[in-house]
Amino acid sequence: MEYLTLFMGAVVVNNFVLTKFLGLCIFFGVSKNLSASAGMGMAVTAVMTLSSMLAWLVYSFVLVPFGLEFMKTAVFVLLIASFVQLLEMIIKKQAPALYNMWGIYLLLIATNCIVLAVPLEMAEGGLSFLMTVVYAVGSGLGFGLAIILMASCREKLRLADVPKHLEGLGIAFIIAGMLALAFLGFSGMI
Amino acid sequence: MNTAIMVVVVMTTIGLIFGLVLAFANRAFSIEVNPLIHIVEDILPKGQCGACGYAGCMAYAEAVVTDPNVAPNLCIPGKKPIADLVADLTGKKAADIEPRVAQIKCNNGISEAIKKYTYVGVEDCIAASMVQGGPKGCQYGCVGFGTCAKICPFDALSMGADGLPIVDEAKCTGCGKCSLICPKHVIGMVPIGSHVAVLCNSKDKGAKAKKVCAVACTGCGLCAKNCPYDAIKIENNLAWVDSNICLEKCSDPVCLAKCPTGAINPLTVEAKKTAIIQKEAAAKAKKEKLAQKEKTEQK
Repeated sequence: MEYLTLFMGAVVVNNFVLTKFLGLCIFFGVSKNLSASAGMGMAVTAVMTLSSMLAWLVYSFVLVPFGLEFMKTAVFVLLIASFVQLLEMIIKKQAPALYNMWGIYLLLIATNCIVLAVPLEMAEGGLSFLMTVVYAVGSGLGFGLAIILMASCREKLRLADVPKHLEGLGIAFIIAGMLALAFLGFSGMI
Repeated sequence: MNTAIMVVVVMTTIGLIFGLVLAFANRAFSIEVNPLIHIVEDILPKGQCGACGYAGCMAYAEAVVTDPNVAPNLCIPGKKPIADLVADLTGKKAADIEPRVAQIKCNNGISEAIKKYTYVGVEDCIAASMVQGGPKGCQYGCVGFGTCAKICPFDALSMGADGLPIVDEAKCTGCGKCSLICPKHVIGMVPIGSHVAVLCNSKDKGAKAKKVCAVACTGCGLCAKNCPYDAIKIENNLAWVDSNICLEKCSDPVCLAKCPTGAINPLTVEAKKTAIIQKEAAAKAKKEKLAQKEKTEQK
């Protein structure tokens, strides 16, 4: 039950994009068409899960024993950036098909705040390893949900009669605001 | 003090470990990329137009370098110089590349067009043509919202005052992107310097085509009959000009004056001038004929 609450909380109630406003750069940058945004959602979920697992290991076996918890932000940034690089190399070599699909997104994620947020919250909340994994998967799926909703709206927008001065990013921000309002309805569920 | 030292030690160690892992991975997972691919990609025009049939300039560069069956002359915007360079670099034989430009096969501007209804939706040809085939009476003609002009990567198309796209032949590289996006397939690619063109795309039978557009090609075949070089054919109620024959043999296009609706149009400046003279002469002859007829009738 505890895991389910954590998972659902990460997907809808505390959705990283729509309630915490993290990862907006990729949220607006890649949400122009549905297939690209689905790819991005998957890539973020994968990177988030793997990197927060790694971050948990580093945090509990290196930082906590040495009493260096306050260095967590710097360490996590370093960790995620190098991990994404490593992941990119491995995928490029081992799974070129996957690389063609994800390659461009991976580098976008390398320094993104949304991936950094999960390890930081994990450290703050003192989550166990399994809980961290559940939380990371949930957050990734939450991001995927948000970006797919956004992309399907923006695909329809292409044929809509948008006032000239709101075309492009302007209307996208307004829609993101409306989506966030809708997600506000989930707050208080947990 | 102790903590500060710990921070330095731990951070250095972590950094070192990550660095070493990455360095090792770089070695272990390295992929050899042919440097020629980047050289070839560098000389391509980078319009990312896709006229070569690949996803972009990089994809074509990769294909032309790695696959011996991919021809070096597929880059149409690059024209012959680029094709020669690519052929040199890849050790392939350069075949000729035919320089071509976009041509709008419609002369039915907003002022002349018969309208089926007033369209108030999105200003986009694809969207407009979804509603009963577009607002204009002619099913085959230019819709006139400039989707082609918006997509042109080389800025060669602009919308004229009469709602028809105008091709800037100096800028047009012949990539054919406009031709692909046009929902009416009204844009054709023709060899540079063609004299005449049938500026109509209507496959309707003569009377029907004429009903919705004054300048339509009715498929009457007068041009084909009068062309001394057999460069014109009638297919699907529409005249079709073989520009190559035209370019090679014809210097005095008689087809222009023969067309009863004016669907065949001159393309070059000189041809335009001769066409005007011929048309005036034809009109004069017609008048005289009528006058004579009246005279004989009066008698």
